[in-house]
Amino acid sequence: MERTLKISKIKDGTVIDHIPAGKALKVMTILKMDDRTTNSVSIGIRVPSGKMGQKDVIKIENRDLEKFEVDKISLIAPEASISIVKDYEITEKFSVELPTRLIGTVKCHNTECITNLKEPVSSDFLLISKKPIVIRCNFCERNMNEKEIISSL
Amino acid sequence: MLKNRSIVSIDDIGDNELDDIFKATDEMSNALKQGKVLKLLDGMVMATFFYEPSTRTRLSFESAMHRLGGSVISVSEAKSSSVSKGETLADTVRMAEGYADIIVIRHPMEGAAKLASRFSSKPIINAGDGSGQHPTQTILDLYTIKRELGEINGKEITIVGDLRYGRTVHSLLLALTKFDVSINLVSPEILKVPDHILSRLPKGIKMKVANDLDSVMEHTDVLYVTRIQKERFSDQTEYQSVIGSYSIDMEAVSKMKEDSIIMHPLPRVDEIAPDVDSSPKAAYFRQAGNGVPVRMALVSMILGGK
Ligand SMILES: Nc1ncnc2c1ncn2[C@@H]1O[C@H](COP(=O)(O)OP(=O)(O)OP(=O)(O)O)[C@@H](O)[C@H]1O
Ligand SMILES: [Mg+2]
Ligand SMILES: [Zn+2]
Repeated sequence: MERTLKISKIKDGTVIDHIPAGKALKVMTILKMDDRTTNSVSIGIRVPSGKMGQKDVIKIENRDLEKFEVDKISLIAPEASISIVKDYEITEKFSVELPTRLIGTVKCHNTECITNLKEPVSSDFLLISKKPIVIRCNFCERNMNEKEIISSL
Repeated sequence: MLKNRSIVSIDDIGDNELDDIFKATDEMSNALKQGKVLKLLDGMVMATFFYEPSTRTRLSFESAMHRLGGSVISVSEAKSSSVSKGETLADTVRMAEGYADIIVIRHPMEGAAKLASRFSSKPIINAGDGSGQHPTQTILDLYTIKRELGEINGKEITIVGDLRYGRTVHSLLLALTKFDVSINLVSPEILKVPDHILSRLPKGIKMKVANDLDSVMEHTDVLYVTRIQKERFSDQTEYQSVIGSYSIDMEAVSKMKEDSIIMHPLPRVDEIAPDVDSSPKAAYFRQAGNGVPVRMALVSMILGGK
């Protein structure tokens, strides 16, 4: 007997796969998807994965991702893969990539940073290390670790 | 070279540029001693914006510009004029670049000078950005060590006091890692170097946290003392005990080695007893005196007067 519950296929939309186990809801927050969202969404949390042991996966009907959203996702799910589904088939598939410079992606965690005042600039970070993730503000020069990044997203 | 460049962070100064700055500073220092009237920056204008109080830094920048034959325009209380009207720093800078050839900024927010440099086509000098950087203070600290001891490499430098909030300490630490020095850090538990600075120091530098001053005094070449601010302590009896254990008096100085020096970015409060001032080791007033020639060198190099 088939013991796994299959999530039904989506016709058109986006699949975000290989999200670190437990981070799917954070990705939902990044995509600003909440109870007002009208798209149909399936979320798998801590599902078994060959590569990752456990992973999260999100399938969203009728939704494309913007570049800045993919950049944000790359900060918390650097190994995520994104598939674009058109008429039940994957038409495009790519891995997210941590950009070496992140402009306007995440707010600086340092409350004393000038970018947190009303100034006409976007936040601006340099990627210092991928694993563990560390980024450095190009204004106040402070580093942000994963925890701080997540709380600022 | 420094021509037309901003100095926002100590990292803006390349390792091989420090020597040129030191040489230029020696020349400025000699010119001052000989009472020479310099006209290197005749007709040029410096604008100073101090959004935070300052005595030494501001006076030394303004004096440096005048000594070079240039002139200075400044807002006496930058805080009350622009910020209260809600003007952004970006707008202030874009206005000021039309009035001046070089802009000096002190601002309470970290990264403020960096932001200014992005909006200005004229060079910006960071005169302190919150608990961020104070690169010209660092350059003058390095110059003082070099001038007093002949070399920076090979020296043992002990930094004592408030290592947490003091931006001069942070800039100095980052700068010293470019030299072959050993560093001792001595501070009360609550005023230790913060992680965001420690994480930026390269692995493999010779640095240790010493619990008490006594254990390092004998082999220290440079004792760099900083002010411990009362306001940082919620418990005033704790402040009293801390200030007591870190104050430098003649007895402490007597343990120091022959050619060693004591530095302090000033103003000092109780950290150094007044009778230490007469010791030849007391270099802090000479250090403050280097403020003008160092800034003369930097400003004239940036504006191409030399
Ligand atoms: N029409 C669809 N509706 C919903 N999900 C889909 C659809 N087509 C593919 N997927 C999902 O998209 C993801 C990538 O699909 P793919 O067929 O490339 O999977 P895979 O062979 O598991 O690849 P990978 O090595 O990336 O795990 C999988 O999670 C898959 O379940
Ligand atoms: Mg798979
Ligand atoms: Zn910042």
